[in-house]
Amino acid sequence: MERCWLGRDVLSILDFDRKCIEELFNLTLIMEKYSRTRLNILEDKVLALAFFEPSTRTRLSFETAMKRLGGSTIGFTGEEAISVSKGESIADTVRMLDSYADAIVIRHSLEGVAKYAAEIANNPVINAGDGTQNHPTQAMLDLYTIWRELGEIDGICVGILGDLKYARTVKSLIEGLTLFRPSKIYLISPPALRPRREVLAILENAGLKYSHVENIDEVIRELDVLYVVRIQKERFPDVVEYERVKGSYRITLETLKNCKDTLIILHPLPRVDEIDPQVDSTRHARYFKQAAYGVPLRMALLTLIFGREDKVR
Amino acid sequence: MEKELIIRKIRDGIVIDHIPAGRALTVLKLLGITGKEKLRVALVMNVESRKLGLKDIIKIEGRELSKDELSVIALVAPTATINIIRNYEVVQKFKVEIPDIIEGALKCINTKCITNKPREPIKTRFITVSKDPLMIKCDYCGTVYTAQDIENMLLRTRE
Ligand SMILES: Nc1ncnc2c1ncn2[C@@H]1O[C@H](COP(=O)(O)OP(=O)(O)OP(=O)(O)O)[C@@H](O)[C@H]1O
Ligand SMILES: [Mg+2]
Ligand SMILES: [Zn+2]
Repeated sequence: MERCWLGRDVLSILDFDRKCIEELFNLTLIMEKYSRTRLNILEDKVLALAFFEPSTRTRLSFETAMKRLGGSTIGFTGEEAISVSKGESIADTVRMLDSYADAIVIRHSLEGVAKYAAEIANNPVINAGDGTQNHPTQAMLDLYTIWRELGEIDGICVGILGDLKYARTVKSLIEGLTLFRPSKIYLISPPALRPRREVLAILENAGLKYSHVENIDEVIRELDVLYVVRIQKERFPDVVEYERVKGSYRITLETLKNCKDTLIILHPLPRVDEIDPQVDSTRHARYFKQAAYGVPLRMALLTLIFGREDKVR
Repeated sequence: MEKELIIRKIRDGIVIDHIPAGRALTVLKLLGITGKEKLRVALVMNVESRKLGLKDIIKIEGRELSKDELSVIALVAPTATINIIRNYEVVQKFKVEIPDIIEGALKCINTKCITNKPREPIKTRFITVSKDPLMIKCDYCGTVYTAQDIENMLLRTRE
């Protein structure tokens, strides 16, 4: 089998094809067994975690994944980044990390930083979020959760709800969905927060059916997956408009009255109040499971990038 | 030869002919020519042309630009013809073609794009997504530009 992951940068989910993603999913399934123990296959590897922007989940899941695999991590996060770099260029910081570590996970508020870092570093660079652009490992995790919980991604109807314009997880998820054949995608948002035209172009080029919806009630009974992201107050020019819109993009038991029995609800977390905590105890809520899959998925990803998958089976 | 030779002949250099009327300044901007380079440059705007109705012409003396450097002209002046002049004669003539990759010549308008961060050793790079209609994309942040967006970008980033 051709090794599509070995030594590769992970900048966008579209750098990979469906076969690569399925290989990742199959290994993730195996890794679920090891995500509470230790599998010493990366003892000789050091992973740099360069979080120029604060992160909890993504950073901790990479760190946990690396440690479960017997490897070690170095790095910095948020405010620390400023003191580490002392005004130094990103290029110089990346060069330093590249000389210490075997791969670099990077997050930055500017767009295109991961690509830039990959051009500088010799070792693989993994994009953990750049501005409003890409968050490929989150999309891999989202797709894995659907695949794991529903058995397949082809033929399903997906609703994506919230701020579809600025949320990078949405862009990466939409890109990832084009690697599969979902039957229909509903983009549920206020008109001002619809995906950017280049994101819609991705759906069109892939020939996937989609429509814009303002009210989730219109489509709830069709959905197999409901993916929720937060709508941030800062995105609205005036508070009144935000307050007006907020309520209609909040998921409660009432919203779910007419949904399929098998509907699953995902959320990249952290959640604020876009999903009522009462929903947590329904069979639909899978966002905590989704978060938990983050560790085995990143274990599988690191194993494949370092080419150690043969040591697992 | 057309009768419009308003300006005296140049000995060596290039003539960019058949520029759509009114675009000559945008073309200069694209080539990074500001006047501070001390190059001898002649601009002719809105003169009659058999092919285009009205056209602009740029003549640059004493410097030959490479085919690569010149190809970016196609982004704003797809009809342009390049004439290489040596010893007062046209020794080479070619049409510009839209390049697949545009490096350095343009500046991304997205303020959150890494290419706009000061003190980073980074050159801009745009990828041509489609030639007709023209559409290019910043290779770093993914911002997409149409022909009109490119013209606006060039006029806006006047330093
Ligand atoms: N030595 C020169 N100095 C300045 N301009 C020149 C010189 N030689 C030619 N040109 C200009 O370069 C352009 C091309 O010259 P050329 O003699 O090939 O004309 P043409 O036959 O009209 O070409 P085309 O078919 O491309 O329109 C014309 O605009 C002409 O005025
Ligand atoms: Mg002529
Ligand atoms: Zn850009």
